[in-house]
Amino acid sequence: MRMRYTFELFREYLGNYIKTKLTYRADFWVEVVSDLMFSLMNLIFIFIVFQHTPSLGDWSEAEVVFVYGYFMIAQGVFSCFTNLWNFGDRYIIKGEMDRVLTRPAHSLAQVMLENVDPPSLIGSLVGLGIMGAAWAKLGLTFNWYDPIVLIVMVIGSVLIYTGLYTTLAAISFYSDSPTGIIPLMYNIQSYGRYPIQIYNKGIRFLLTWVLPFAFVGVYPASFFLERHADRTMAWLTPVVGLIVGAIGLIVWNRGVKRYRGAGS
Amino acid sequence: MISAYLEFIRIRFLMMLAYRVNYYSGIIIYAINIGAYYFMWKAIYGEAETLAGFTVIQMTTYVAVSWMARAFYFNNLDREISNDIRDGSVAVQMTRPYSYLMVKMMQGFGEGLFRLLLFMVPGMVIVTLIFPVTLPTDPVRWIIFFVMIWFSFLINSQLNILTGLFAFFVENNEGLMRMKRVTVDLLSGVVVPIAFFPEWARIVLQWLPFQAITYLPGSVFTGRLNGAETWNALLVQVVWFAVLILPILAMWRAARQRLFVQGG
Repeated sequence: MRMRYTFELFREYLGNYIKTKLTYRADFWVEVVSDLMFSLMNLIFIFIVFQHTPSLGDWSEAEVVFVYGYFMIAQGVFSCFTNLWNFGDRYIIKGEMDRVLTRPAHSLAQVMLENVDPPSLIGSLVGLGIMGAAWAKLGLTFNWYDPIVLIVMVIGSVLIYTGLYTTLAAISFYSDSPTGIIPLMYNIQSYGRYPIQIYNKGIRFLLTWVLPFAFVGVYPASFFLERHADRTMAWLTPVVGLIVGAIGLIVWNRGVKRYRGAGS
Repeated sequence: MISAYLEFIRIRFLMMLAYRVNYYSGIIIYAINIGAYYFMWKAIYGEAETLAGFTVIQMTTYVAVSWMARAFYFNNLDREISNDIRDGSVAVQMTRPYSYLMVKMMQGFGEGLFRLLLFMVPGMVIVTLIFPVTLPTDPVRWIIFFVMIWFSFLINSQLNILTGLFAFFVENNEGLMRMKRVTVDLLSGVVVPIAFFPEWARIVLQWLPFQAITYLPGSVFTGRLNGAETWNALLVQVVWFAVLILPILAMWRAARQRLFVQGG
């Protein structure tokens, strides 16, 4: 019942989004292009590196690109629904949270819906294309269940991102400082898309169990790679996703309870 | 007048000091960044002794010093300016008896100074203890390096100001700001030194301001540039600093003519 209500809200918000975006059409394209530029830059990095070395660890260029394609899919879906970059500024310091809390829908759902960003999904499509190209280049076999597995994996990865960023955004409920942590976190998340084996134990542990960004890239993607298939870690993706997502929701709910208004 | 500007540096410095959470998380995140890139480059080198003229130790030093330099020159002036423009507070600031852009520059410098003293210095000590880096022994090189990162700061801030001022001309320059950020990180040589780029790209990049932000100071610090080349590198920075003043002034002038405050 509650879910259906939220989904209906989602449709409404999407409709409004499209209407506002049609007024600022140029913005839409700038946003799409800038998203793609970002991925292009990262791909350029990979290509430059492989001009100087035949393999990274024992991963070939196509394999690294494959993982990157997967990462783009998850990243695109995540950025479409979770845009909490300026949550602290906009909702806490400027006090918009008060408005959100007076309404019946769940506060997190509202905040997410208000910032829904469909252009990011184009990044996912490009990622799918890149993954497909790398798939063909690696000559991987295609099984009937692969698309289903891919969807499950992407959902798991998106939940991990959403959970982590919700937790970070919820810090704003506890401390007054504008959390510059989020943009910094953005740097770290990029390491999950490179073969985890190249890092030392400390960073591997960090990326697997503390800030599980490796589950948004190399682990789930390895499911499809024959040479590096690590089924156990790959199947942990949805599990970790559920756990991290739940943590995010709990921290958020507790934060909302603590929230006392902006006071201005 | 100058004392007023100095005051802005001081205030921003103290403001940064007030947000402890950001400070501690920042240190951790920079350490992880340097660590992750260190291991990635180790994997890229594999058995190779030198790549693109960099020895492994030079590369490690380069990675460490370029991230440290980034801590100093990095700021969010683009976002701050565009926020001021979009919420209309720029109009109030313009009526005040100081140069708006100078104030922004000073605030950026206060931020950079904070990170230089409390980030870069302790960070560099830690990095030299953990990773195999070689610091220059010649005191003159140190002095030149610090002069050069001062210019890195100036040039990077100028690019930020230019990006921020675009908010006068487009309704939403969010995409542009994101685009600028990735462009600077990639083309300035933080993620991959320019020597690794293919020939044609190196030639193009020589004519762009980005290399002056990270690559040139980093090359001086690691001892890849010596004698007259050092002074040349510094000259390139000075020229870019001077050249970039022109578009800023032009944009600022044009912007004041067409300023209209949205909402307000």
